[in-house]
Amino acid sequence: MSKVLATSEPPILEVKNLVKHFHVGGGLFGGKAGVVRAVDGVSFFIQRGETLGLVGESGCGKTTTGRCILQLERPTSGSVIFEGADLTTVSPDDLRRVRRRIQVIFQDPYSSLNPRMTVGQIIAEPMAVHRIVTDARARAARVRDLLERVGLLPRHADRYPHEMSGGQRQRVGVARALAMEPSLIICDEPVSALDVSIQAQIINLLEDLQADLGLTYLFIAHDLAVVRHISDRVAVMYLGKVVEIADRKALYDDPLHPYTQALLAAVPIPDPELEARREHAIVLGEVPSPLNPPSGCVFHPRCPIAIERCRVDIPELREVKPGHWAACHLA
Amino acid sequence: MGVLLSVQSLVTQFSTSSGIVRAVDGVSWDVDEGETVALVGESGCGKSVTALSIMRLVAQPAGRIVSGHVVFKGRDLLTLSEEEMRRVRGREIGMIFQEPMTSLNPVLTVGRQLTEGLEIHLAMRQTDARARAVELLGMVGIPDPARRLTQYPHQFSGGMRQRIVIAMALACNPPLVLADEPTTALDVTIQAQILELMKALSRRLGVAMLIITHNLGVVARYADRVNVMYAGRIVERASARELYRNPRHPYTHGLLRSVPRLDEPRRARLQPIEGQPPDLTRLPTGCSFRPRCAFRVEYCATEEPPLREVPDATHVSACWEAERVGSSNGGPRNGPPSPPALGSTPAQPGRSSRHGE
Repeated sequence: MSKVLATSEPPILEVKNLVKHFHVGGGLFGGKAGVVRAVDGVSFFIQRGETLGLVGESGCGKTTTGRCILQLERPTSGSVIFEGADLTTVSPDDLRRVRRRIQVIFQDPYSSLNPRMTVGQIIAEPMAVHRIVTDARARAARVRDLLERVGLLPRHADRYPHEMSGGQRQRVGVARALAMEPSLIICDEPVSALDVSIQAQIINLLEDLQADLGLTYLFIAHDLAVVRHISDRVAVMYLGKVVEIADRKALYDDPLHPYTQALLAAVPIPDPELEARREHAIVLGEVPSPLNPPSGCVFHPRCPIAIERCRVDIPELREVKPGHWAACHLA
Repeated sequence: MGVLLSVQSLVTQFSTSSGIVRAVDGVSWDVDEGETVALVGESGCGKSVTALSIMRLVAQPAGRIVSGHVVFKGRDLLTLSEEEMRRVRGREIGMIFQEPMTSLNPVLTVGRQLTEGLEIHLAMRQTDARARAVELLGMVGIPDPARRLTQYPHQFSGGMRQRIVIAMALACNPPLVLADEPTTALDVTIQAQILELMKALSRRLGVAMLIITHNLGVVARYADRVNVMYAGRIVERASARELYRNPRHPYTHGLLRSVPRLDEPRRARLQPIEGQPPDLTRLPTGCSFRPRCAFRVEYCATEEPPLREVPDATHVSACWEAERVGSSNGGPRNGPPSPPALGSTPAQPGRSSRHGE
């Protein structure tokens, strides 16, 4: 199901040298002052209608990257160019107008819906606030349409979130995002809080909506199998940096960065016979603190093939094969 | 090898404002000495409550073990006094929980938490207990164990904390360890480290393990035998190899087909299990899985299927149509047959169907 992408068209989103540092400690309550380099020079683009997967372990900066695109965090430096406008420099008025076209679906369908509002109110509120549909009756009709679009029933508009299952709540979150008629949706771990049997339902729903509405997704997740399923291209993050980015097939069939290789080897496969035969090359050690990242290549302390140079030189993300970028001296 | 733990017709219920929840509804299974058994299922299926019932840690008064037996080394744990039960917990059955931060005491040093059990259960002297604690931390792969004994849990990473919890579970050399989602809170590279550690230690020390998880990959890497739970009941049991190769319950069948796999070519479309998990206060009559089942037939609505041998005692399934499920396992990951239309919610194969009720 590969999508034909007009490569001559400018990308819908381009992130250039994005940096987000958080200052910690040293305040009223003391503690050692330091800088957490949550996102440390990230660049990528997304073409219209495409899904870019963003994978990595907790603390790698994937969620902060998403929040910087939404301008929920103001980046320390770098630019976020969405539909031609740099969101880091546009006026607050323009930002409000543009940002409507970027929506987000959160991980936890329990905490991301207001428990005191009905499902109908949750979906209608942003349309009223942004004056997308000003007439109350038209809004109610639009809510019913959206509920059907995400596989719920019109009468669910009168329910409260607690009366629904996790999968149904996540459908409400999707409907709320669609209400704003977005062109880009940032999906931040949209299925990881759901039961296994429900995850596939939501993934299929996201794929159907993309095909029908021409949506573009940034799909942030830690589950490598889910990301392979839904993404056209995939970026792998480690300690605030993109270490590899490529077409889905190239990344999974021929991973070039040792970290990507380690991640793929670590995923258990639901097949006992295969697991018994499989070699479990375990990456040793743990992710270092982003307060004090290692010198040179940030992965070198855990890397099975690191050489002296990796301790000193920071590897640039370079195009090792056409369309396949990796930040490794040895790739 | 002999049977170490035998859970027999266990029923555990909770009273809630919306009615009685039959969290564990008559389950029976056992663990042999040195064996690793998995209890697999989704949230709310009763797998964790089963573990809590074995340890007699179900929150009272809302929760209550209504009936059944938990026979461990020939004694029914449900008949022991609270004092006797305290000697079983930690001494005879070790425990590993999902979130290492909540199973460690934040205001005690790691050393104190390890030596406490040794002093109480094994009547060790302080210096001996300390020496054993150093040995345990080294065994679970914590570098510089003697120094780290004096540190507090917050000074360790998530993966290191889970190693400490494993060391505590193994401290008194128990013959059985219960591990409830031991790697769910961990990152994938750390999860792999912890799984290898648990596997190596359980083999080396001959410890039997009950691993409770929703992750089918973890079970495949780890378990000898698997019990699949749905809505408070065991719906299928087999050796891990047999269960994955030849699932005989539509729920297991559907679960295995719904997950994308890295070792297989990418599929154009995932095959979810349609519908929602059941409300445990209002279970349907007959088979609880029927509303979501791709293999359902008419009498599933009225007759509750018992666990039966398909074809022998090593593989059991609670499904009237287990033979038909089995025969659909021919090709690799074939789709299930189209379900017969049920009332007003016809299945819409291919597209996301409704999730109305």
